Amino acid sequence: MPSLKDIRDRIRSVSNTAKITSAMQLIAASRMQRAQQMVRNGRPYADQMREVLSHLVMRLEAEDETLDPLLQRRPNQRELLVLVTPDRGLAGALVGNILRVAAQELRDAEVPVDTVGIGRKGERFVARTGQSLVASFSVGDRPSLGDTLDISSFVIDRYRSGDVDSVKLIYAQFVNTSVQRPVNLQLLPIATTSSGSDSDDGPALYLDYIYEPSPAEVLANIAPRYVETLVYHAILEAQASEHSARMIAMQNATDNANELIEDLTLDLNKARQEAITGELLDIVGGVAGVQG
Amino acid sequence: MARMNLNIVTAERETFSGGVDYVSAPGADGELTVLPSHAALMTTLVPGEMRFGTDGDEQSVLVTGGFMEVLADNITVLADAAEREDEIDEDRAAVAVMRAQERIDTHGSDLDMERALASLRRAQIRLRFAQRRRSQR
Repeated sequence: MPSLKDIRDRIRSVSNTAKITSAMQLIAASRMQRAQQMVRNGRPYADQMREVLSHLVMRLEAEDETLDPLLQRRPNQRELLVLVTPDRGLAGALVGNILRVAAQELRDAEVPVDTVGIGRKGERFVARTGQSLVASFSVGDRPSLGDTLDISSFVIDRYRSGDVDSVKLIYAQFVNTSVQRPVNLQLLPIATTSSGSDSDDGPALYLDYIYEPSPAEVLANIAPRYVETLVYHAILEAQASEHSARMIAMQNATDNANELIEDLTLDLNKARQEAITGELLDIVGGVAGVQG
Repeated sequence: MARMNLNIVTAERETFSGGVDYVSAPGADGELTVLPSHAALMTTLVPGEMRFGTDGDEQSVLVTGGFMEVLADNITVLADAAEREDEIDEDRAAVAVMRAQERIDTHGSDLDMERALASLRRAQIRLRFAQRRRSQR
């Protein structure tokens, strides 16, 4: 039976933990709101970009135009993996889930894989598993597209120069506050099969496109932009996921701590009651002894 | 009047979404205006002003480059940056012009000239846009 003091100490320690986790919950909640807002604001652009590019590619393929290097397929001899993870843990199962997808990709890859790390958790994972980390970037909170251009131009350069023949992007997609889905997306070469819902418009619609200044020039402009958009958007998704997962994890931790405090308080009251009963018995016994 | 559906989006947000009667944009080959039933078109945009009207009410948005797709009366503008008239601060634009100019004047060898000139051009357009709006009032 722990002493009263032991129980009081535990209650104090648990309630200190609860204070910390609830503060972290509040911080994560406010960051989460901003991050979720940014993802929602950025989605129309990312979606439209995908759609516009798929129209363009469909038309160029129909015409047998020379495609931009970013769309050309080469035999895959080296792969680049861009791994987007949080910097810090305390985000529930999020980091583990992302790294599981990364581990799967590394296991299944038939060619050597170079890794680009965005976020310390992923970098540590790469180091731990003995993979080659070729670059590491860090992005602050609330990034603008400009903040991520270093990353996308690094990726584009590596691909254009022929260092790597395919680029995969792994990040946590934000579904809602309690669900974040790790995804493994092929970034380059740009997938040319359109899965757009409006592809039933028929190919005829795309054949009469007017291009200014010229199809090749438009494509040369839009293809890098497409990569930039996907990288930027992946980072927004990852941040919204991270803050959401952390908010939920901290909420659970605070709830657990409060539950523990309730149980401990009950124990404390019981122990105190027992001590009082014991003392009363002693007094009553003592009085009886004196009188008798 | 037949309406077209216009979406102006940037990587950060959606600037405009709605039905319009005409759109006039700074295309790579010059200013172009799109009316309903326009042929499918895909063009790059240069920094400049984009105007569009709904029921005789004209709005304008400053774009700093990007793409415009016209497909079956759906117009999608993927802009690098797009600002509505009321969002541009003239003083800030003036400061940006000065800063960009200064950077070009005192440029070191490591300066990316093309980038610096592009940012000057963007700043100048923004300033002109803001000044003209003020003079209209």
